[in-house]
Amino acid sequence: MRTSIAYIASNTFREAVRDRVLYNLIAFALLLSGAAILVGQISIEIEKLVVINLGLTAVSLFGIVIAIFIGIGLVSKEIEKRTLYTVLSRPVRRWQFIVGKFFGLAGTLVVNTFFMAIGVFAALFYVSHKFVKADALIFVALYFIILQFLIICSLSLLFSSFSTPLLSAIFAFSLFVIGSFAEDLRNFAAMAHGITRWLATGAAYLVPNFSAFNVITSIAHEQPVAGRLILQNTVYALFYATMALSGAVLIFERRDLK
Amino acid sequence: MVAIQILGLEKSYSVGFWYKRQKRALCPLHLEVEDGEIFGFLGPNGAGKTTTLKILMGLVFPSAGSARILGKEWTDPAVKAQIGFLPEQPYFYDYLTAHELLEYYGQLSGVPAKNRTHRVEQVLQQVGLRDVRGLQLRKFSKGMLQRVGIGQAILHDPKLVFFDEPMSGLDPMGRREVRDLMEQLKREGKTVFFSTHILSDAEALCDRVAIIHKGELLRVGAVDDLTSSVQGKVELLWQGTQVPASIKALGAECHVAGDKVRAIVNETQQDAAIDALRRERLRLVSIIPVRTSLEAYFVEKLRHAETTAGTTA
Amino acid sequence: MTSQSKITVVSGILLVVSLAGISFVLHLEDQLRPQATPDEVLFLSSPTMIKRASLGYDGLAACIYWTRAVQYFGYRHHYYAASYNLLAPLLEITAHLDPHLLVAYEFGSSFLAPPPPHGAGQPQRAVELMQYGIQQNPGNWHLYYDLGFVYYMDLKDYKKAEETFERGSQVPNAHPFLKVLAAQMAQHAGEYDTAKMLWSATYETTQDEQIKENAIEHLRALRVDDDVAHLQEAVTRFGEHTGRLPANIAELAAAEHLPGIPLDPEGHPYKITPEGRVEVRVPDDFPFATRGLPPDYKPVPTPHSDH
Repeated sequence: MRTSIAYIASNTFREAVRDRVLYNLIAFALLLSGAAILVGQISIEIEKLVVINLGLTAVSLFGIVIAIFIGIGLVSKEIEKRTLYTVLSRPVRRWQFIVGKFFGLAGTLVVNTFFMAIGVFAALFYVSHKFVKADALIFVALYFIILQFLIICSLSLLFSSFSTPLLSAIFAFSLFVIGSFAEDLRNFAAMAHGITRWLATGAAYLVPNFSAFNVITSIAHEQPVAGRLILQNTVYALFYATMALSGAVLIFERRDLK
Repeated sequence: MVAIQILGLEKSYSVGFWYKRQKRALCPLHLEVEDGEIFGFLGPNGAGKTTTLKILMGLVFPSAGSARILGKEWTDPAVKAQIGFLPEQPYFYDYLTAHELLEYYGQLSGVPAKNRTHRVEQVLQQVGLRDVRGLQLRKFSKGMLQRVGIGQAILHDPKLVFFDEPMSGLDPMGRREVRDLMEQLKREGKTVFFSTHILSDAEALCDRVAIIHKGELLRVGAVDDLTSSVQGKVELLWQGTQVPASIKALGAECHVAGDKVRAIVNETQQDAAIDALRRERLRLVSIIPVRTSLEAYFVEKLRHAETTAGTTA
Repeated sequence: MTSQSKITVVSGILLVVSLAGISFVLHLEDQLRPQATPDEVLFLSSPTMIKRASLGYDGLAACIYWTRAVQYFGYRHHYYAASYNLLAPLLEITAHLDPHLLVAYEFGSSFLAPPPPHGAGQPQRAVELMQYGIQQNPGNWHLYYDLGFVYYMDLKDYKKAEETFERGSQVPNAHPFLKVLAAQMAQHAGEYDTAKMLWSATYETTQDEQIKENAIEHLRALRVDDDVAHLQEAVTRFGEHTGRLPANIAELAAAEHLPGIPLDPEGHPYKITPEGRVEVRVPDDFPFATRGLPPDYKPVPTPHSDH
């Protein structure tokens, strides 16, 4: 039943929207964009730079926090609260449940990013009083941020399928941190020898590699982003999310729901 | 027709943090439930009732054995469309209203869109939640949640319904309503399988019961059979306050209440007792066969199981 | 008194007392601030570590460190600090986090190299910072200007300055004045006009307020130096003609047929001491002047103007 996925996705979306935590986070992020305007007055020259950096960083960080907080609850909370039993006693397959949850959360984050992005553009207009062609690069940064969200969502779901909410949050956040310097990890692995090399390489490849996704700094200086990078990141995100979700499905299909 | 056929379902799982040992939740269970009956699954807490139900629902995987539900393998997804499940102390998405929850479940159960709204209204009416359909579930009392639970279990008009401790946490009014509802379901031709540890409910409702203890099935049968299989006694009620010596000699329990005497004698001694009363010219008011309550039977059976387990261990 | 009201009273008193205590401690800390150096501690000092810690949000971290650098310098400069130990690390971290934050290099050029109290007194580190900037932004000509500036002003290495300006002039789209500066180095190093050119260029090409103000101060000081030099020559001439010193500036102005009394950039007339020295009326107005100051003048470590 393909439509089960759609129903579960839209219910997940509805849950996120009614979860008041979400609104607090969005409001805070918007506030931060406003703060960027004030901070930028330290030096008029870099006002725009500060707005873009602070605004996009806020969108990214808050989205990651939302992805983790809501993502980990998606499965763990349902098991803990036993809301899952009556869903799975219906003609819904376990894998459809996982996939539906993923799309629901992804949808929530896209909508969320959209609203926060409006805040960023508003702040930008306030400081620059006009938009230039280079500002379109912000959309690229936002797209990459969304791709990162998809990866984090899939990881949250993966951990949520076998772990408690608290541990899942810790794992997911740790992977985000490690992922931000995955490039260093790969370099380290290349220089290591023996068993360390094997372990480090394995880790470097399994961990989400976010280095290529962080273009906020360069687009703040109006440096263009290669089309090749956009394609590369899209493909990587799709593969990674698929990998994590498959893992989640594999675990979840076999799990006893006590 | 057999609605449920449990064939040797077994479940053990490992416990312990460092040193893992196997714990048996369910010994190989063999059980059959007929179409259209109300079947009670009785046992104390931790006996394995919920484990059995979860295995049947596909929430837990058995260590061995299988089951057939409505003629199909219990793992067959097509089965799910024809069964309803109410878990123990249910909890639902508290950000939804009763109406939204039933709509959502209706969607997932494949209730066609054009019927869905009507059916949801019907069910809300049936479980008495019509007036609070717009209220978020986080504001519901325990009894109200139980009713929502029943509602979602019957929403898609399933042939077979599974209830896990449906009366738990309900006040007498609520329990009465649930009992009425279960009888209504039977009248509609549905099969009801429910687990409970409240024996008076089982006694009143069930056609047949199974008694399970520490994962082991002790006895299956009709309630009447179980209670009457115990040695029958009769209760004699006569006018007056005298107790004839011969009746006392029978070892009967006698009890004077107002202007009548109540005595309990074995079935075999019934005629002797009646003769004694006639000799003394005491007026017999009534003779009633006394059945053991299901509770007594239950406790007896459990105690027996404990002692046998003790001797064999 | 009931036990509940007793608890209420005690808790209330404790709350008020602790609040007062907190305020008192912070007040003490504020009073000690100019001498205390809690801000001299950079918790993370390795640029690589900080880059890692910013989790990919380098741009924002760079903005934060840049802001910190500006405030650090501005605050300490306000009090005529004797040292600016953190300026170099802060600028280096900023540059490491965001190598394209060009204003950081400009700031280093103006304030890392000169000696205290107007700078950190670390010209070599300033040179390293500029070189890093050039390496990261090869298409930027202004960085060559910043580097050459340090060589000229603070290291007095005119040869290197000339080479740098020359290389900078070869960057595509370089401003033509780099070539001019290179030539100026070759012939008029150490002269008043060259300094004036450089400080004007700095003033024109930056948007940072502190750098601009600094440039203006230097230009004013150059003007004073120039004025005092000319006026001192006039005094000598006066002495040769009349055999005595001018009584006051008005007399000298009349003798030189000047249109009016010569005023310093602040608008005050210059004065002539009884010994015949030309001096500015308020030395504190011109922190960078090398002439026209009283012999025993020492700059007082209090700010003379608010920025």
